[in-house]
Amino acid sequence: MSIKKKFLEISKVGIEFPTPNGPFCALKDVDFTINEGEFVSIIGHSGCGKSTVLNIIAGLYQATSGGVILDGKEVDEPGPDRAVVFQSHALMPWLTVYENVALGVEQVFKGKKTKSEIKEWVEHNLRLVKMDHAMNKKPAEISGGMKQRVGIARCLAMQPKVMLMDEPFGALDALTRANLQDSVMQIQKELNTTIILITHDVDEAVLMSDKIIMMANGPAARVGEILEVDLDRPRERVALSKSDQFNQYRQQVLSFLYERKGVVDIEDEKRKRTIESDDTIDKDKIA
Amino acid sequence: MSSTSNSSRGLTLGSSEPAVERLMKAISTFDYKSVVFPVLGVVIFCLLWSLAASRIDTSLGQFPGPAQVYSQAHTLVDEHFAERDKESAFYERQEARNEKKLAKNPDAKIKIRKYTGKETFFDQVVTSLQTVMFGFLVASLFAIPFGIACGLSDGVYKAMNPLIQIFKPVSPLAWLPLITMVVSATYVSESPWFEKSFLVSAFTVALCCLWPTLINTAVGVANVDKDLLNVSRVIKLPTAVHIRKIILPASIPMIFTGLRLSLATGWMVLIAAEMLSQNPGLGKFVWDEFQNGSSNSLSRIMVAVVVIGLIGFALDRVILLAQKTVSWDKQAILR
Repeated sequence: MSIKKKFLEISKVGIEFPTPNGPFCALKDVDFTINEGEFVSIIGHSGCGKSTVLNIIAGLYQATSGGVILDGKEVDEPGPDRAVVFQSHALMPWLTVYENVALGVEQVFKGKKTKSEIKEWVEHNLRLVKMDHAMNKKPAEISGGMKQRVGIARCLAMQPKVMLMDEPFGALDALTRANLQDSVMQIQKELNTTIILITHDVDEAVLMSDKIIMMANGPAARVGEILEVDLDRPRERVALSKSDQFNQYRQQVLSFLYERKGVVDIEDEKRKRTIESDDTIDKDKIA
Repeated sequence: MSSTSNSSRGLTLGSSEPAVERLMKAISTFDYKSVVFPVLGVVIFCLLWSLAASRIDTSLGQFPGPAQVYSQAHTLVDEHFAERDKESAFYERQEARNEKKLAKNPDAKIKIRKYTGKETFFDQVVTSLQTVMFGFLVASLFAIPFGIACGLSDGVYKAMNPLIQIFKPVSPLAWLPLITMVVSATYVSESPWFEKSFLVSAFTVALCCLWPTLINTAVGVANVDKDLLNVSRVIKLPTAVHIRKIILPASIPMIFTGLRLSLATGWMVLIAAEMLSQNPGLGKFVWDEFQNGSSNSLSRIMVAVVVIGLIGFALDRVILLAQKTVSWDKQAILR
């Protein structure tokens, strides 16, 4: 983490959706940068536009103003370099686990890998998420947590520059969720993948992220605060739950979300500006 | 692994069990309700029918009850075999005659004439089935691709929609005279593959088979889960792969709903078209019997009515069976 370069830049992004009552401005001037190998969470109340930000980075939505630059190239359409893990897992129910992962691999590595290499690569990624035992099962035959694992494998197998996760654990029970969070953290450590995670779970955000982007409520939602989480990895959830540092971060996010209701006042605006100018955050100032 | 061990266990169990016990077991687990109630329904219907029929007198005699219809069905079967016997007898005679001729003079010119007897009821059934399937296939060949195009592209949908809305409610029988004239004018061939009358009926069927499939396919394609479409966009699947691997499997249930509706209306329209245009088929059989006006005519028409219904039901089952084999979702309850 010593050499940091601006890997993903989201600058002045705004989006308007047409409605019968005129355009609705969902996002305005969303600004942040992400370094390579960083794990970043975007947190906010439901409807604040956090998924919209992700969709714009993915290229699934076109920003009305501003733009996204990934590794020196502007994002203007969806592509496998920004693979998405969807909340609804979005596996094709008519394909087996293996075929679901292979669908992306065959497309991304067309002409670059031989048939046997593709097979090996698909199986490797399924092993990574511990789903190699169910390769020939259909999505309907495996549990929700397993489906999400396959979704993650499909995503990883495309070797994205940045992996976009849209509330991937939202529909899972607490134990499965914890299990999957640990898996994702471990994979991220192994592969040094850049990850953006959309979440509304404060514990999840603090546990997993290097940086938490807190969104202010819409309409015309913006980035409220950015919190650097400086906890050592690997992170142990039980140990961390007793740690003061962890609870302090947690408290900061909670206070933003519930006491200030995610609303950015003028003081916050000022603070955001200082954050932008410094690029690295002085933790004590926020605390 | 587990399935093979299960089946072998089942085998040993089956062979050790006495046959009587197995039969008793089969009887005890038999689902009576699924047999008793349908049979009861049919029996009650037949009773009411025969009661009502005995009170209706027409100029062609009493309205036929189930018994008369049943005996006429037998007669129709007998007539069919009698006609077939006549036909083979005709060919035997012709062959014998020709052989004799050849024996006398090896260079003699031999004439082989086709048997031109009247079509039996079952010949008409076969003709109608061929016609409806041909028309249905032609319609599906157009309707499914166009439906997919409409579902995928808003522009195509907007362009096609007025045409669909205007032509959909038109009874294909209104097209019948036009189709007849167009086929007679354009289908001119020395050795035609198809009879003109066959093509006229088939195209009439096709015209009404088009719409349910087209509309249901379009709706099915347009309603594919947004997340699945997004996956396809992220992976950047080429259009052909996208349609084959995502769109088609996802919209199979709706496509088949359309196909079933199409075939059902196609079958209904075909009978009417055959009656109207005097093209060979079940419709012509009904009309001929009506014109014939013998005391058996009503019973014979009633046989046709029942057969038309049974065939319609069978056609629907065939499509359902096709759906079961094609669809990925083997657990889906199809009805």
